[in-house]
Amino acid sequence: MNIGYYPGCALHGSSDDYETSVRACLKALGVQLDELQDWICCGATAAHSINKKLATALPARNLGIAQKMNLDRLFAPCPMCSMELKKASDELQNDEVRAEMEKIVETPLSGSVDVLNLIQVFQAVGYDVIAEKATRKLEEFKPACYYGCLLTRPPKTLKFDDFEHPTSMDELLAKLGASPVEWNCKTVCCGGGLTLCDADGVAQMSHRILKNALDSGANCVVVACPMCQVNLDMKQADAKKLGLAADVPIFYLTDLVGMALGLKPSQLDVHRHFTQTKLSK
Amino acid sequence: MAKIGVFTCWCGENIARHVDCDAVSNAVAKLPGVHCSLNYKYMCSEPGQNMIADKIKELGLTGVVVASCSPHMHLKTFRKTAENAGLNPYLVEMANIREQCSWVHSDREIATAKAIELIGMAVEKVRRNHALEPIKVPVTKRALVIGAGVAGIQAALDVAAGGVEVVVVEKEPSVGGKMAGLSETFPTLDCSQCILTPRMVEVGQHPNIKLMTYCEVEKVEGFVGNFKVTIRKKARYVDITKCTGCGACWNACPMKGKIDNAFDFNLGFGHDKKLGKRSAIYVPFPQAVPARPTVDAENCLRLKSMKNGKELCGVCQKQCAANAINFHDQDELIEIEVGAIVVATGYQLYSIGKEQENPNIQGYAEYGYGKYKDVVDSLQFERIISASGPTGGEPLRPSDGRVPEKIVFIQCVGSRDNAKGITYCSKICCMYTAKHTMLYKHKVHDGEAHVFYMDIRSGGKKYDEFVRRAIEQDGAIYHRGRVSKIEEQTVDGVKKLMVYGADTLSGKPVVVEADMVVLACAMTPTTGAPQLAQKLSVGYDEYGFLSESHPKLRPVETNAAGVFVCGACQGPKDIPETVAQASAAAGKVLIMLSQPNLTREPEIARVDERLCASCGACVKACPFQAITKEEIRDRNGNLVKTTSRVNPGLCMGCGTCVAVCPSKSVDLVGFTDDQIYAQVESLAD
Repeated sequence: MNIGYYPGCALHGSSDDYETSVRACLKALGVQLDELQDWICCGATAAHSINKKLATALPARNLGIAQKMNLDRLFAPCPMCSMELKKASDELQNDEVRAEMEKIVETPLSGSVDVLNLIQVFQAVGYDVIAEKATRKLEEFKPACYYGCLLTRPPKTLKFDDFEHPTSMDELLAKLGASPVEWNCKTVCCGGGLTLCDADGVAQMSHRILKNALDSGANCVVVACPMCQVNLDMKQADAKKLGLAADVPIFYLTDLVGMALGLKPSQLDVHRHFTQTKLSK
Repeated sequence: MAKIGVFTCWCGENIARHVDCDAVSNAVAKLPGVHCSLNYKYMCSEPGQNMIADKIKELGLTGVVVASCSPHMHLKTFRKTAENAGLNPYLVEMANIREQCSWVHSDREIATAKAIELIGMAVEKVRRNHALEPIKVPVTKRALVIGAGVAGIQAALDVAAGGVEVVVVEKEPSVGGKMAGLSETFPTLDCSQCILTPRMVEVGQHPNIKLMTYCEVEKVEGFVGNFKVTIRKKARYVDITKCTGCGACWNACPMKGKIDNAFDFNLGFGHDKKLGKRSAIYVPFPQAVPARPTVDAENCLRLKSMKNGKELCGVCQKQCAANAINFHDQDELIEIEVGAIVVATGYQLYSIGKEQENPNIQGYAEYGYGKYKDVVDSLQFERIISASGPTGGEPLRPSDGRVPEKIVFIQCVGSRDNAKGITYCSKICCMYTAKHTMLYKHKVHDGEAHVFYMDIRSGGKKYDEFVRRAIEQDGAIYHRGRVSKIEEQTVDGVKKLMVYGADTLSGKPVVVEADMVVLACAMTPTTGAPQLAQKLSVGYDEYGFLSESHPKLRPVETNAAGVFVCGACQGPKDIPETVAQASAAAGKVLIMLSQPNLTREPEIARVDERLCASCGACVKACPFQAITKEEIRDRNGNLVKTTSRVNPGLCMGCGTCVAVCPSKSVDLVGFTDDQIYAQVESLAD
């Protein structure tokens, strides 16, 4: 299976450990990633709060590149990117918008590219297929599956899982032998965009999430978003100052799936995480 | 030779402001067939009607056109006037120059010209009208009431008191509906059961009422005054004529204390697993009418074993001294004839969990209903604080049976929330939530009752005073704002619900550490209401609430003649309003059944049987099943031809058959193709 790949800024910058993990994990599953040539910014939070047209044009250009490369499916590991791409793809269904965007980005646009997030890629491969290929059981893992704000929202755009109480990640990890815990903060905000401007606020928000994960019996948190990983992992020291009882290892979903497929943690760049990744018993 | 009188109304200023009525009268007087043309300020007033009557008598008019408002408003008025003056009422037509002209145009010249054309069309139609006689149909003097909650009970008792026989069909094993399970009622706090149970008993004993519990309406045929209704009597496995209601069976049942009771909305308690649970042969609640048990086939060990060819258990049968239990009981279909039907199927609460019957409506996963045991809906809370409930009225929370020290009540769960798919206000939640806070505070004096609300809607006699009492005397704490999320957390070994909300009056987020949360969920029609409406040919809205015929002037009638609605099946409403509407429906039934015959409008479809090719297109198209295929035979019994034929008792005169007939052999009497073509052609001149 080969699919289009849009890494976005995070995976080529601050979260290149996520890219290593994504590439290694999907390679082990036999998924070939065709990276978009000459891709540009997805617009993220900055564009849509300033200029609606720009917010559509930026991802639309990336969709145009995918179309030029004859890719009918485009995978963006960052939920912000996949949401923006999906939103633009929806807007291109309107003929007027499409005609205008074609002019702006100077590329023909059909609006037919299907945008996938990480979990949807695993769903496309098939949970049963992944479970069959797994070489070890994730028995020692009691993960709190953390979906964050953008994997399921806005529900009208994403139409993915129950947006308040999602279970798709839990189901996958349970299939691979882990014991996901029932907890409260699956879709609670991590502080996201406040990382730089309100460090105290972010510390409080991540403290709430990490504390609830520990209280609910989890021994790690699993994320599918580079931003969540930064706030929960890199900035966990701030949460500890607020009284977090223990280190909480933070894994990307691809880390756990990769390990189940027999990859070593180092092949998944797990050793580059800030918080130690040894599981408490 | 036609002698038509045209009477143009000013409707005060409504028409005269934008239509020059004198100019209209003068122009219309020149139309062929028009014998006199007058105008007047209020044609519907007594002098106006007298003017029409006088002209009919004086000039011997053969047709009348009244140019005024919509025929929905006054056609009946003017036809009556004509009839009193000796003219056949079906020779009166109206030209709507108000709603369709003066109200929608502002240019006087154009509006006047349009009024003249509209009247010209009506004149062309009335020239081709024929005198018609109303159709008379006999009436079965018996009424059917569907649903036996407070609405159905009230309607049945009122009809029965009027001396008319009533059949009451209830799908549950007992009458009483939702009200039988409520604690106390606003705004007087009188006990719900105390006021309802005597009426339940009366329904069970009234000589004019035939009670059919555990039954459902299967099929409805016929028409106003002459309905044939098939009722499914579900297998109860207990012969209630033999049973004495002694209780030996349900006390002996090995499933006793193990099965969720739907009457208690499936409540269960962590500290005492048997609390609120019933046996497989059960009476839903002690005051049930009839006080006879029913066997729940899904949970009965004997009935389950019989599916595998075995005969296990059967303890209840051995215990029964009256020999009333029959494990081979089967559903039975019973046909009854009635003249009128009252629908009183009531409501249920919008289910807060994820799966919704209506795919356009979304659940509230963020409130954790179904996940957290101490998040309950308002009907469950009614059972918790009801003296007849599983806890005997002690306010215990389901998870561990502790008395909650702090309860959060959330209003508008579902209601008024476009994002979740329900736009309407459920009307009663503000009041019962205030009542809940009071009842809780009366039982737990140092408890805290927090309410999150959007607006307080407490219109009604002594209603707002009641809410103020909850706040000012009983100390309920009201926060104006919504709750975004509820999470369960263990604090000092006790499970607490963290309620994250906003107080938009102070502009601050609020977090309440509660022991219990009560969700005031939207009222929705009961499951199956749309399907029943379809059987009855009654309209319903996108949520499944049944449509009344007119929101103000015909609030209990429906567009299906002879079918009436009352209670929450028509829209959210409280007990006083439900009872008032039920009595109104009963009054309408009694009016209808007090006449020896019913008269129906003669403007119905008629098949020209010489032309009909019997293709059956009209039979399929008719929304009222009023057309059937019939055989025409000569006197020796030889088949001459088959043809479609309209049942005049059923036809509602909609004209669908006329539109689909390929051979143009159906026509609507009083609305023929000829008349419509003539009207259109009059515009071409």
